[in-house]
Amino acid sequence: MSLILILEQVLNGLQFGVMLFLMAAGLTLVFGVMGLINLAHGALYMVGAFAAAAVAGWTGSFVLALMASLAAAAAAGALVEVTVIRRLYDRDHLDQVLATFALILIFSEGTRWLFGSFPLFLDVPSYLSGPVMLPGGIQYPLYRLAIIVIGLVVGAGLFWLIARTRIGVQIRAGEADREMIAALGVDISKLYTLVFALGAALAGLAGALVGAIQSVQVGMGEPVLILAFVVIVIGGIGSIKGALVGALLVGLTDTLGGVFLPRLFSIVMEPAAAASVGASLASMLIYILMAAVLLVRPSGLFGGSA
Amino acid sequence: MTDPVLQVHNLCKSFGALKASNDVSLDLRPGEIHALIGPNGAGKSTLIKQISGGLTPDAGRIEVLGRDVTALDTVARARMGLGRTFQISSLAMEFSVLQNAVLGALGARRARGGRLGLFRNVMKDTALLDTAHESLARVGLETAAQARTADLSHGQRRQLEVAVALTLKPRLFLMDEPMAGLGASGSKELTGFLDDLRREAPILLVEHDMDAVFALADRISVLVYGTVIATGTADEIRTNPEVRRAYLGEEELT
Amino acid sequence: MGRERVFNAAMLLALLAVPLFAWGLDEPFIITLATKVAILALAGVGLNIALGLGGLVSLGHAAFFGIGGYAMGILASHAQNYEPLFSWPFLFEGSNQMPLIWLVAVLASAAAALVIGALSLRTSGVYFIMITLAFGQMLYYFAISWSAYGGEDGLSIWVRNEMPGLNTLDPIQFFAVTFVILCLTLWFAARLAQSAFGLALSAARQSQERVETVGLTPFKLRLMAFVISGAITGLAGALFADLNRFVSPTMLSWHTSGEIMIFVILGGVGRLYGPLVGAAVYILLEHLLGGISEYWQIFLGLLLLGMVLFARGGLIGALLGREVAHD
Repeated sequence: MSLILILEQVLNGLQFGVMLFLMAAGLTLVFGVMGLINLAHGALYMVGAFAAAAVAGWTGSFVLALMASLAAAAAAGALVEVTVIRRLYDRDHLDQVLATFALILIFSEGTRWLFGSFPLFLDVPSYLSGPVMLPGGIQYPLYRLAIIVIGLVVGAGLFWLIARTRIGVQIRAGEADREMIAALGVDISKLYTLVFALGAALAGLAGALVGAIQSVQVGMGEPVLILAFVVIVIGGIGSIKGALVGALLVGLTDTLGGVFLPRLFSIVMEPAAAASVGASLASMLIYILMAAVLLVRPSGLFGGSA
Repeated sequence: MTDPVLQVHNLCKSFGALKASNDVSLDLRPGEIHALIGPNGAGKSTLIKQISGGLTPDAGRIEVLGRDVTALDTVARARMGLGRTFQISSLAMEFSVLQNAVLGALGARRARGGRLGLFRNVMKDTALLDTAHESLARVGLETAAQARTADLSHGQRRQLEVAVALTLKPRLFLMDEPMAGLGASGSKELTGFLDDLRREAPILLVEHDMDAVFALADRISVLVYGTVIATGTADEIRTNPEVRRAYLGEEELT
Repeated sequence: MGRERVFNAAMLLALLAVPLFAWGLDEPFIITLATKVAILALAGVGLNIALGLGGLVSLGHAAFFGIGGYAMGILASHAQNYEPLFSWPFLFEGSNQMPLIWLVAVLASAAAALVIGALSLRTSGVYFIMITLAFGQMLYYFAISWSAYGGEDGLSIWVRNEMPGLNTLDPIQFFAVTFVILCLTLWFAARLAQSAFGLALSAARQSQERVETVGLTPFKLRLMAFVISGAITGLAGALFADLNRFVSPTMLSWHTSGEIMIFVILGGVGRLYGPLVGAAVYILLEHLLGGISEYWQIFLGLLLLGMVLFARGGLIGALLGREVAHD
């Protein structure tokens, strides 16, 4: 087990974590500001990936594909918010769960109907493919490095948006008290649509970026959605900082656990058994992490009261 | 006089810079009604929550029946005999009035070590029903027993709050504005009822209805900005200059 | 209440009559559909104890459904391969006897519900939803990675398990087994809702403060409800696996959790027979719409969406109006 391997896996974990952050940030914002649990967030991730794959196939431009993913997911998000989601803000969580679950069915089957059941492929552009040499002699795929950078830049932008801009002030006010933003003279329904579309765009971008590494297919958003929930439970609902820390923790734990647990077990077991036990345990590692956080801090690392 | 049923020692609770309870001490003696008054935002609700177990104080100690309960939760304190009524009604709104009272009787049975059944129809359990009906009758809600709680008036909900507390056969009552919404005749009736009730168990009464407070209370404590500025009989409070200045302002007491 | 009772009896009779007719007409496929309705309704009755009575929005009930399924799969696969499951403290070669399988399924899913419930009930609201979902997903991934029992491909059983005195390979006899279990469970759920425990649990859903103030612990009430709920859904999982003679991680996936919840909702939350109505409608839709379009779940999604936005009482609510507070 070399140092290079460890560093490489740390980078993989970071890349995964950064993607999870893009998903979790939107979810946690929507929950913090509007009090809504949105199961259909994964569908927006899928919309972004499909839009990117379609536009990339059509124009050949990866940059245009990424912009399409942002635009398509934001548009889908805004449309869904205006038609369905805004009727759910005053409902209980059960109604929100059901309605957004229904949206998943509609989005998934609708996409299958439009694009078919076969996965699409989104190619990494030539200028981002191939490995790059990092200091210390680590060869690492340039594209994955680019994902980390894009994710961090978007994340920084989000922090800036929330901390420094007028919209950010309104969002923070909305988290504290809905009546207060009304008193500030803000058009709440516009703000809500905007926040929802923003969250959707982040999810769509994540879907497009990941779509170039994995395949673009129906249902691709759901495993990520559930991981994003784990991230939010760990980080604390409504906290962007919590989402970032939670996402990196989950990304690193999952990646490093998957690689190193089987090796760890092989010290005391036969290789085949170690691989099997290690893989099983690794698949549960982040949930064990979540349970541990729950035992110590039921409202998450950066959450208020549960 | 025997030992106090409830003793609050030097209770402190802050929310950020706001000192909601600032070194509060008070006690409740057998057979008395001790009223807690103060302007809005004085910290009455925060104090009641700490006594009932819903909020943990930052410092200080609470004793019920001579036992330190500061570390105990609401459930444990209720089982020790603390009967609480709420300012904002916390009844089970989908239930009938009778079901709410039966729930109280059930809690009392559990506190005595009884078990909750999984099979028997609870609304055919005569022991529970007797307790429930008796409590409803005492507050004058017997005729509304089958009504849906959500359909009750605000005043009736207060009465039901009291009735549920009665089913627990508590050792002391903690009542948060039981008179609110009752109207003149209703609050007169409840005043008469509480007057008798104090012989069963003493009452710590938070109330805005000054007529009721001065008619009922053996002692009154005045809470202002989280601090008890005075404790005494109705006459002492009425003439206390600090109370008049801090709490009553120019307003005259009748 | 009277009208609902008549409606409930009619539903149960219909569930009994359809397969009997199908039996007379020699249409085993319809009997199988009815069996599926009975089993899925059972899963829903389980969830409804947590959801309807306790107000616990669990999105992780697939965990218990799947554990029940795997209890069947593991016991039966060892029995059919004559491989001991364990040899200490006594030799145990698995089993193909339904009663034993059910017992194991109920105990295993109850144990899982105890652990998952104890952790997730420390929180409430949206946290609870996400955490139950996450724990369900944990078991899903675990099953996928657990190659000893088929991993992603799942486990097949050659012959349906045995029930003393019956021929379970005969569809109508297996239906009878599931129907009787469903009736017994409905009876149990009805008793539970009317019991002291049910009253306290229902009160905890309406006002946590109220229940604490009378000296009852909401956490314990909810945990108990969650365990009973999980155990019933686990039993349904064992039956479902037996119906298909197959168990796979799909039974543990969160879509399954969503579907079980849909049965409850389509019928009407908190209605005792809601899951039966919901499961029947779901299977009918799957069968009818599925024949028209392979994208039938779009219609299911639209129906569900319409129901949540405009008809919150579910189908029974739409037919019979608002339920009065239980006697």
